[in-house]
Formats: sequence, structure tokens, C-alpha cells
Amino acid sequence: MVITVVGIIRAHNLFAVVMLGGVYSFLMATVMVILDAVDVSMTEAAVGAGMSTVLLLAVLHLTRTREAPLRHKPYIPLFVCLLTGGALVYGTLDLPPFGEANAPQNLHVAPYYIENAERETHSPNIVTAVLASYRGYDTLGEVTVIFTAGIGVLILLASGVRRRRVKPDPLQDPKDDAL
Amino acid sequence: MMRDTIILRVVAKLLLPAILIFAFYVQFHGDYGPGGGFQAGVAAAGAIILYGMIFGIPAAKHVIPTTVVEIMVPLGVLIFAGTGVVSMMLGENYLNYSPLRAAPGDGQHMGILIVEAGVFITVASTMLAIFYGFGGLADEADAEAAEAAEDGEK
Amino acid sequence: MTTILADLNYWVTVFLLVGGLYIVVAHGNMIKKLVGLSIFQTSVYLLFLSPGKVLGGTAPIIAEGFDVYSNPLPHVLILTAIVVGVATIALGLALVVRIHRSYGTIEEDELHDLESDA
Repeated sequence: MVITVVGIIRAHNLFAVVMLGGVYSFLMATVMVILDAVDVSMTEAAVGAGMSTVLLLAVLHLTRTREAPLRHKPYIPLFVCLLTGGALVYGTLDLPPFGEANAPQNLHVAPYYIENAERETHSPNIVTAVLASYRGYDTLGEVTVIFTAGIGVLILLASGVRRRRVKPDPLQDPKDDAL
Repeated sequence: MMRDTIILRVVAKLLLPAILIFAFYVQFHGDYGPGGGFQAGVAAAGAIILYGMIFGIPAAKHVIPTTVVEIMVPLGVLIFAGTGVVSMMLGENYLNYSPLRAAPGDGQHMGILIVEAGVFITVASTMLAIFYGFGGLADEADAEAAEAAEDGEK
Repeated sequence: MTTILADLNYWVTVFLLVGGLYIVVAHGNMIKKLVGLSIFQTSVYLLFLSPGKVLGGTAPIIAEGFDVYSNPLPHVLILTAIVVGVATIALGLALVVRIHRSYGTIEEDELHDLESDA
């Protein structure tokens, strides 16, 4: 996975970038299965590797497929990123070790869900029970976000369907500038 | 684009029902195994998108017209929110499904199924709407490129 | 040695996050920026999911013969976050298409040039 990310950073051909993105998503889905998150893994495989790749390819078809070379030397961004990474690594030293059953995040509401989900909702899949029932309000919000994003895409793509062939001369017709 | 490749067409036709059945299996089996509205929605939209990519977007629009998609997008959200309103009218908190059936557990189960259906409808139709949007533009660009090529030949 | 293994998942997460951040900050091409943004997002998914894993546990689906389950709560949060993530990426791509249509480029540097010329 790490190698794929390095590849994405290095590649200038955007087709390669998109394809590596798909590979990355599938690898991520595999990691999620290892982490016991089967529902999430299924979503990531369908969404990350399927939908995003198709959308990115469609946009590549509409625009161009090569990235312009960088004009500036990327030292300042590199420095900022390394600083952030260093701070985060320092922060991880205080986090509980991997796989600990008694870590604080596993002692809060999770045991309640695991013990009571099937009795209270008759749904053996705890993830579904929590998603739709215990945290239904949360999920309603997420669905609304998806709805809003879909509307936004439709508005952005639908306005100005007529494509201008030639770049408009601002002196000639001011109406052309209005999108 | 790739509409003339016979292997793609045949394989796609073979795969489509499998994908759709899998999507509905994931949808309705989501409370017993892994799955649910989000995954099923994306899978079902993926099936239609595959169809649209291989047989052309007009063919996909013939199967599921744009108006249907645009009605389905808010319909899912309304089903979700409406379930909450119904449970509120039955005297419980918003989105507490217990009063939908006699036994609270059954009510919760039924509520989960309804809500997942709402999620499925919204997710699938939003993905389709986005695909139609981008795909329509791509077709337009293709047509223009073809026109430009013809102009160049003259 | 044990501390290194115990914190490895966090370090992978940090690397992915920094890599995504680097793409977003350093590269001028907007599609590449969006890919970087999605890598950034997936690193956050990993950050949420990896602490929820319990060693020796199984996926949180109640079945006979299993007593230890991983924490289901992060799964729920991330499940919705992924789908919302693709919706927002689609919104970003729509903006990219619009920018390309209006200015004829998706490179930030070239956009700056256009602005300073006008």
C-alpha cells in the first residue's frame, strides 16, 4: 500500500495515477478484512475501487491526461508534511497498542452494542443494527449529505450545457461571460 | 467507444444479472451478514453503470430514465425521515422503531429494513445521477470531437 | 521491538496521511489533488478502524461459538464516511470539469497565469 502511494506521488500520467488509486483501494479493502471490518471492506471495494475509478476516468476523458511538471521545487510542502508526520508519530506514542481489548475506545459504548444488539433489534449483524437503529439519526445525516452532494453535482454539470467552442472575446459580447 | 467489442458485450450481459442479484442479496441479507443499504446501493448502481459504459448511456437511460433517477434521489431521504416521523406519531422518539410492530425487537428489525431501503434508493440513484451527469458530458465531447474531425477533413 | 510492532498500524496511517497531504499541497493538477485527498481520507479510515480491532476477535456479527468481537462502532462511522467521501469527490470532480470548461486548464499554475494576464 505504501509503495502504491509512492507510485501515485511519482507518476505524471494521470491514467497511471487513477489505476494506482484503484489498486490502492483494493489493498485497503484487504487490510480492512484483516481488521475485522467486513462491512467497511465491502463498501471500500465497491466505492473506492469501482465508483471513484469510473468517475475519475470519465473526468480524464473530459480533460487531459498528463500532468504538467512542477514549476516550483517542492521543498516547502515537503518540509510542512514531514513536520506534520513527525508530530503525528510523536502523538502515536501515547496511543494504546494494537489489538488491546481493554483500550479505552473498546470499553465505552461498544460492549453495550455487542451484548444487546441482537436482543433489542433481532439483527445479528451489529454493524447494521448500530447503523440503522442506535445511530439512525447519524445515518440520516449522512444520507442527506449524499443527497446534497448529488444535487450539487447535477447543478454544476447541468448549468451551461452548451459548450463554448471558441474562447469568448469580452469586448464582443458581454453575455458570453455569464455562465 | 467500446460498443463494438463482442467479448465485452457478452461478458457484460452474463455479469449483469449476477451483480444485480448480489446487490439485492446484500441489501436484504444485510441484517444477518455483512452488507446493507450503502453497499447494495453502490453495487446496483455499478451494474447499471457497467451497462451504460458498454452499451452507451442512451441504452442505460432507456432502462432507468433520468426522471426516475431524479425522483428516487429525494425519495430515499424522505423514506428515511418519514420512518422517523411515523415512529414519532406512534408515541416514541424520532427514529425509534420499536412501536412499528407489537414486539419492540420486531419493530426495530422492521425499522432497520425500511431505513436500509431508503438508504439503498438514495445511494443508488445518486451514484447513477452523477454517472449520467459525467457520462452525458463525455458523450457531448465525443460528438464535438467527431464534428471537429469532419470539419478538418473538409 | 514490541513497541514498534504495537504502533506499526499508526505509523502506516501517518505515512498515508502525510503522502496524501503532500500530493494535495505540492501538486498543481486538480485531479491528482483529488486522488491525494482520497488517500488522505482512507488514512483516516485506517486511523478509526485499527484501534477497534481486538486481537483474537472476529467480525461483529453475532454467531454461535464466538465470544470476542471487534468494536463495531468505528465500522459504522467509517462505512458512511466512505460513501459520503465518494459523493464529495464527485462534487470536486464536477468542479474540475467546470473549471476546465471555463478556463481550458486544470493546472493551478496555468490558472494563476491566466488571472495575472487578465
